Amino acid sequence: MTRISLTVDGEKVSDDIEARMLLVQYLREKVGKTGTVIGCDTSNCGACTVHLNGQSVKSCNVLAVQADGGEVATIEGLATNGELHPVQTAFRECHGLQCGFCTPGMIMQSIDLLANNPHPTEEEVRVGLEGNLCRCTGYHNIVRAVMYAAEHGSSDSVQSEGASA
Amino acid sequence: MTATQERPADVQAEIGRDRRRKEDQRLITGRTRWTDNLQLNGMLHLAMVRSPFPHATITNIETSAAKDTTNVVAVLTGKDFGEELGVCINAWPITPDQKTPAHSPMPADRVAFAGEIVAVVVARTAAEARDAAELVEVDYEELPAALELKAAAAADENGGAIAHPDLGTNKSALWVFDSGEAGTGGDVEEAIASARTDGIVIEREYRQQRLIPAFMEPRSVVVDPTGEQLTMWSATQIPHILRFALAATTGVPESKIRVIAPDVGGGFGGKLQATPEEWITWAVARRLGKPVKYTETRSESLISAHHGRDQWQKLTLAAQKDGTVTGLKVELLADLGAYVALVGGGVPVLGAFMFNSIYKFPAYHFACQTVLTNKTWTDAYRGAGRPEATFAIERIMDELAVEVGVDPLEVREKNWIKHEEFPFTTVAGLEYDTGNYEAATERAKEMFGYDDLRAEQKRRREANDPVQLGIGISTFTEMCGLAPSRVLGSLDYGAGGWESATIRMLATGKVEVVTGSSAHGQGHETAWSQIVADRLGVAFEDIEVLHGDTQVSAKGLDTYGSRSLTVGGEALVRAADKVIEKARPVAAHMLEASVDDLEFTGGRFSVRGTDQGVAIGEIATAVFAAHDLPDGMEPSLDSEATYDPVNFSFPHGTHLCAIEVDTETGALKIRKYVCCDDIGTIINPLIVAGQIHGGLVQGIAQALWEEAVYDENGTLVSGSFVDYLLPTAADTINFDIDHTTSPSTTNTLGTKGVGEAGTIASTPAVVNAVVDAIRHFGVTDIQMPCTPERVWKAVNGGTHGGTEDTEGAAMPHFDEAEPGNSSTEGAGA
Ligand code: FES
Ligand code: FES
Repeated sequence: MTRISLTVDGEKVSDDIEARMLLVQYLREKVGKTGTVIGCDTSNCGACTVHLNGQSVKSCNVLAVQADGGEVATIEGLATNGELHPVQTAFRECHGLQCGFCTPGMIMQSIDLLANNPHPTEEEVRVGLEGNLCRCTGYHNIVRAVMYAAEHGSSDSVQSEGASA
Repeated sequence: MTATQERPADVQAEIGRDRRRKEDQRLITGRTRWTDNLQLNGMLHLAMVRSPFPHATITNIETSAAKDTTNVVAVLTGKDFGEELGVCINAWPITPDQKTPAHSPMPADRVAFAGEIVAVVVARTAAEARDAAELVEVDYEELPAALELKAAAAADENGGAIAHPDLGTNKSALWVFDSGEAGTGGDVEEAIASARTDGIVIEREYRQQRLIPAFMEPRSVVVDPTGEQLTMWSATQIPHILRFALAATTGVPESKIRVIAPDVGGGFGGKLQATPEEWITWAVARRLGKPVKYTETRSESLISAHHGRDQWQKLTLAAQKDGTVTGLKVELLADLGAYVALVGGGVPVLGAFMFNSIYKFPAYHFACQTVLTNKTWTDAYRGAGRPEATFAIERIMDELAVEVGVDPLEVREKNWIKHEEFPFTTVAGLEYDTGNYEAATERAKEMFGYDDLRAEQKRRREANDPVQLGIGISTFTEMCGLAPSRVLGSLDYGAGGWESATIRMLATGKVEVVTGSSAHGQGHETAWSQIVADRLGVAFEDIEVLHGDTQVSAKGLDTYGSRSLTVGGEALVRAADKVIEKARPVAAHMLEASVDDLEFTGGRFSVRGTDQGVAIGEIATAVFAAHDLPDGMEPSLDSEATYDPVNFSFPHGTHLCAIEVDTETGALKIRKYVCCDDIGTIINPLIVAGQIHGGLVQGIAQALWEEAVYDENGTLVSGSFVDYLLPTAADTINFDIDHTTSPSTTNTLGTKGVGEAGTIASTPAVVNAVVDAIRHFGVTDIQMPCTPERVWKAVNGGTHGGTEDTEGAAMPHFDEAEPGNSSTEGAGA
């Protein structure tokens, strides 16, 4: 057992965990952050995407101990004071989700994409989301949602989400 | 006392409005209820031990090492259970003499596919269960495995391996339809014979490769046996059918069973199943008296959740020299895999009525042989039977056009049912109520820029451009809205096809809608609210749609076969109409008027010719108080309707696809995809667009990328998301979609289904485009998926694919010289 301490969606947490525990398991099983989901066992689907220290990561591909001392942001911490993050709004507005299983990962990845490239072309969005699988939407409306967020979302809120309380 | 706003009569109609979805607020904020999220007090976790061999006798299972592990509670095998384990059922024996192998959720003696469960480990955590599963030692004696479909079908003659030796054959059932015998058309053999002497006969064989539904949420099941009712939560499309099947096979009274489908992450037919995993979890929870959870890994999902398609299709089309079709004969081989799944045998039969499609064939013969093999079982996958049929007919219509020497649209138009000919009874015996193929095609051509693209194609061909352009057409129709119960009965299906809805008028004027459909991404909460809002004249926001829990929604037949709207939506309409009829005498009483003088519009009863009126919400409040109701009236407006459809619904559309083929590398690029679908009345255009986009990509993926591939050891080599190629955002394009509308006449709203349309239509449009691009190299077919390698070989070797590629088809993506690809390890949980 190893002790780790980190912040998850702005709250401090600390636990004794097995060294082999994946970050996604830690989030789901220990912190109760079941908004982040597991879609595969080969790091292909991106459903588990969160931000670690401001960067998107596939949390099934990171050990929980690697997040020790870090800041993790999940889908559950995005909305502040009941206000949706612009990318969340864009997904709803553009019907960028159906079953919603890929959605937490898609949104977290899209935020990262827009943080690095606030005004992407459609092609850049498609390539930027290549690591996230969706079986429902055919991606058409997901791509539209990211383009919409780029157009309508304030880049401030895009950048500040990592530290949101 | 009521917070409900009255809806003015001139308020925007909800039906047809692009409402943003009610479901989304939870889903975009992570406030979700996936089955795997559940934690219950004292809950135990399961891990499955699975066979690495496709066919073997289990000679011994050594569980002691696993049992001795810390926090392991039990290790159980098939031998530890009796009848309480139940059986996996086949609800659709397609013929009276169908050979149906016994299907235990956890067989004690013999496994019939790689991935089958032989033992289950129960531990305090999932990780501990998985660790201990590695310690379970199973001894197998391998048996010869029936793997390749054609070889398995011929095993009676060639002495090949038999998937279930006790059955003595791999042939499960032969299902035949003949228009001459059915009286719906002529004799196909005559048509073919006469076309051979003075007409055109085209014979083709097409391969429907094996696919995996690959819903994004892995299957998960939780069973809590601690209450008075045993409760199962499952990532399923079919909570109601599961409840029935559990009662029928495990000896628990139906009234003691509650099944809940909480948030379910996609299904596409893949969660239309009564699974061994559910049955084992059920049995373990009952045995131990504790809540138990099982969640599969993706790799387990790919090898054990049912697969789809997997057919060989032989078609003979007869036509006159001018291209007028005179007969169609279809002979199918369908791979069931190791067991006859819930509706597994019935899937190809659903296609039986669709090969003739929109065309006026005077004679038709269909025969399907279902075949057992030692591979993962197959069952419904988006479209279920209809994509297969549509693919084959739309491919062969292109071949007919080539033979006649005309544009493929021309030969279609010559043969399709004209809009003025509806309703039209087809050679397969179905009555198509409405449609307008001319209108959809014209609109699609216009959006596509058909003539310009044909001109460009010609230019590139003449210039010998290394990048050739192909144009693919699919003028599809399908039958959906499953299904009239009587028809299902005549096909020997084990249940009906009705759907149920209940509307509860709450005291505050709010409305609860209970539906028997079970959404898993389709947006029923939104669309159902729109329908009821319009019908009852209440605000969209005041309606709550409840589903997916047999304690709340007691009756239902769930969601599949594009049935929810056409069947479940009609049930809603009828329940709402009953509410209005119950409210009418109360309104008359409140207004001191005669019922005959009342009219109901915009949620309000008013006395004709006056400004007196009362809103339905106010009536609900008055009925709740019940202080002053008409004599003898039951104080309730709540209403239920169960609707059995009178016919299927027949959406159709014209899909056009332009593909660029690099003849030097075989690389493909989808340049443009356009479709114009007629799905009848549209409730929510945003949701409809989403269904079409997603459907298109699944169909395109069959054409270009996906295939479940087995090696000669019976191991699924595309058993992870590394090897099973789901398309990504970078592989796909934006689509141009539009609609023409000829409302269905068999339901009040005029709706047709849309859930499967995109998938059914798109596969042949894409393959037709690929073949069209390189036909001048002598290519007449490319087997799916049309990988760059296959395309390149076709360009360089002329005619390729189709029937020539039976052997290689087993391992198209892998170098056969490298047996290292086919690891049989790691199949354990
Ligand atoms: S669960 Fe992390 S990539 Fe699939
Ligand atoms: S919305 Fe279902 S997987 Fe993306």
